[in-house]
Amino acid sequence: MNARHKQGRILPGFNITFGITVLYLSLMVILPLSMIVLHLASGDTQAALTSLISPRVLHALRLSFSLSLVAAFTNVIFGLLLAWILVRYRFPGRRLIDGVVDLPFALPTAVAGIALTTLYAPNGWLGSLLSLWGIKAAFTPLGIYVALIFVGLPFVVRSVQPVLEDFDSEVEEASLSLGAGRVRTFFAVILPVLWPSLLAGFSMAFARGLGEYGSVVFISGNMPMKTEIVPLLIMNRLEQFDYMGATSLGLLMLVVSFALMFVANVLQARLGERAAGVR
Amino acid sequence: MTLRNRLLLLLVAVLTGQAEALAERIKLLNASYDPTRELYQEINSTFVAEWKKGHSSHIDVLQSHGGSGKQARSVLEGLEADVVTLALAYDIDQIAKRGGLIALNWQSRLPNNSSPYFSTIVFLVRKGNPKGIKDWEDLVKPGISVITPNPKTSGGARWNYIAAWGYAERKLGLSESQAEGFMKKLFANVPVLDTGARGSTTTFVQREIGDVLLAWESEALLAKEELQAGAYEIVTPSMSIMAEPPVAVVDKVVDKKGTRLAAESYLRYLYGETAQESAARHHFRPRSESLTVKYAEKFPLIEMLEIDRDFGGWDKVQAKHFADGGVFDRIYAPSS
Amino acid sequence: MLARLSLNDGTWGERALRYGLLSAGACFAVLFLLLPLLVVFIEAFSQGLALYIVSISDEEALSAIRLTLVAAFFAVFFNLIFGVAAAWLIARFTFRGRKLLLTLIDTPLAVSPVIAGLIFVLLYGARGPLAPALDALGIKVIFTIGGIVVTTMFVTIPYIARELIPFMMEQGSVEEEAALTLGAKGHQVFRFVTLPNIKWALLYGVILCNSRAMGEFGAVSVVSGHIRGETNTVPLHIEILYNEYKFAAAFAVSSLLALLALGTLLLKAVLERGGHNGLK
Repeated sequence: MNARHKQGRILPGFNITFGITVLYLSLMVILPLSMIVLHLASGDTQAALTSLISPRVLHALRLSFSLSLVAAFTNVIFGLLLAWILVRYRFPGRRLIDGVVDLPFALPTAVAGIALTTLYAPNGWLGSLLSLWGIKAAFTPLGIYVALIFVGLPFVVRSVQPVLEDFDSEVEEASLSLGAGRVRTFFAVILPVLWPSLLAGFSMAFARGLGEYGSVVFISGNMPMKTEIVPLLIMNRLEQFDYMGATSLGLLMLVVSFALMFVANVLQARLGERAAGVR
Repeated sequence: MTLRNRLLLLLVAVLTGQAEALAERIKLLNASYDPTRELYQEINSTFVAEWKKGHSSHIDVLQSHGGSGKQARSVLEGLEADVVTLALAYDIDQIAKRGGLIALNWQSRLPNNSSPYFSTIVFLVRKGNPKGIKDWEDLVKPGISVITPNPKTSGGARWNYIAAWGYAERKLGLSESQAEGFMKKLFANVPVLDTGARGSTTTFVQREIGDVLLAWESEALLAKEELQAGAYEIVTPSMSIMAEPPVAVVDKVVDKKGTRLAAESYLRYLYGETAQESAARHHFRPRSESLTVKYAEKFPLIEMLEIDRDFGGWDKVQAKHFADGGVFDRIYAPSS
Repeated sequence: MLARLSLNDGTWGERALRYGLLSAGACFAVLFLLLPLLVVFIEAFSQGLALYIVSISDEEALSAIRLTLVAAFFAVFFNLIFGVAAAWLIARFTFRGRKLLLTLIDTPLAVSPVIAGLIFVLLYGARGPLAPALDALGIKVIFTIGGIVVTTMFVTIPYIARELIPFMMEQGSVEEEAALTLGAKGHQVFRFVTLPNIKWALLYGVILCNSRAMGEFGAVSVVSGHIRGETNTVPLHIEILYNEYKFAAAFAVSSLLALLALGTLLLKAVLERGGHNGLK
């Protein structure tokens, strides 16, 4: 393979990093994941694949994809906001918030699910507040949305934060001194630099949301055709010892999210080159 | 160290009564389902003490707990459990059929369908039974909120489901399609389907959702005792099902490890008075006749259906009700 | 770097905007981060300090903590090496298949934990293709600590690499090229130019990877076998406690993992100081 550096000059280390990356990914990702395909090929593949076309599966797919998407969007907006105030402003409690941003990762998903259900159940602090407005959160799609925001939040904050911290403020100051307002400066100067990291955060939050199981099953209520997510259907099939059915669902989700992330990565690379151009 | 020295040391050890230091240590692994944790903690300690009396070897019993189906899958995939003590025979059948790890006739190798203790499905209601729930037909009334786990993911929930189905067919004399309608109405009253039995109890108790919780009698008694004593009551329906959590030696594993003797005596021990009393104390119905009399007040007589006798066994039930596209799926299909 | 603004600088409009953003962000943080954290701690201490201490120091809890530390160590160690290599490769070179590699790095995120556990069971399990070989060698992977380590590594592959890649892309390679033209060797460039520049992103990556490794529940639950005192990690131990209706104890052990998040504060503060004195 021929390596071509962006600026045409050769930095060292291509061969060794290429070797490490490909070897590790082959052993740790491709080999294990190929088991899904191998397993599917070992049995009645056609029956397993047709089992994907049922109203229940389609409903779960719609639910999983739409909620992960909306939750990931929410996380982009609020994650950027959080990263922004953490980097740019000094206020009491800043360090505390900075610290708890990682909480969704550190907390086992089941605990997160239980804690969120405790909060959002009709007899919980937030649930009882919401019920005054006639809103039910726990055991509805809204509850799943809340859980998916929770598990995806750190991705966006932590991808944007280092970029913001490293942001070269000269351009920003120049823009400001040339009379552009803060808001315009943000959209014209800062946001283009942030795009790659925002997109990275978005695609990771989205992908994580699709596969999330532990926290969702506590708060969703798991009602068929209402709040049943795809990972739960996989679990259902495994419990019936239906390995074929379970792996076919797993493959479907894998293919779709792989495709989506590939698109996101292509976009991200384009934006990254544009961002580099801005500098 | 030469061989002679070693032998000498062994002789000295035996003579000075330190046999145990050199004695064989047997390690048994019991793969069980979730609600038997406290029970086996107690049984294992008495079994180890009992074993010590009659054997020169030392025995340890390790425990693994999880959902019944998941535990069966783990054993299938190589978890080296010497014995399995699961929630339903279907799961052990799968280990036998799919993996060939257990002889197919396993259920006839021990008395009482290889189930040393059993239970049944009852209702747990809130104090004073405000909704006046007495029997299964009260559960389908509008405005009653019923909590049960998802039969697709929980073995316990499958017992709940079959008990209700059996009542509809046998007691109410409904035809199959009418029984399906009954189940549809019942599940229309279920607001949350947790993935496991304990999750449902938590929903009922901690989240205060639902008027009635369908549960194993053992679980209902435990919840009544351990969680806010006095806040709940148990209602025994007029007809229920005999829920038998069976046990089996995993033949392939014990033959490989050479632990068959210990594993078999462990399972037989479960039928002895000491273990039976432990079971009764942990809210499982004992098989021992004397203990049945002793605990008659705790475990009232109920007319119980049996899975093999009345429903043709788990294979049939599973295919008809819980497989993809089965009755349970139809209940939730968009109204047709 | 632009100095952090004092809240009251600037015109009235700027101040209003700043306070607006701040309160919106703070509200979000309270709703989605602080309140759940508070729930964990309130429940953890709901039955007093004594029970809290007993819960986190009993034998099974300690064995779970040991196992979790081991799994997290391996996950961070291997994924750190991989992450730095992959980030260098992807952020510094363009080559065919680059986006494919990038997407492969992301893949473990999209794999549902249930499936993540299942693939390793299918690969290393008693009915898998490697079973005869593993059996002959007497090696057991699944339902041992080995299976837990491998699965944890899989789940946490993306974290360090994905933290570094967008950051290094944004930074560009001007400084490194300058160092090279000045005659620095490759490893010197990495150590004295790249490393100081990426240290924040690297730190975030390690923190995230470590948090996730310690908190992983679903996938590990499939490969652990749940043997008490032997293959239960902290999250699995928490599940057991919760299922035994020992809610306070379950949250007490959970609070240890929550403290992890807070512990990173300390680490950051230490590194920040180090940063001011030396590296920059």
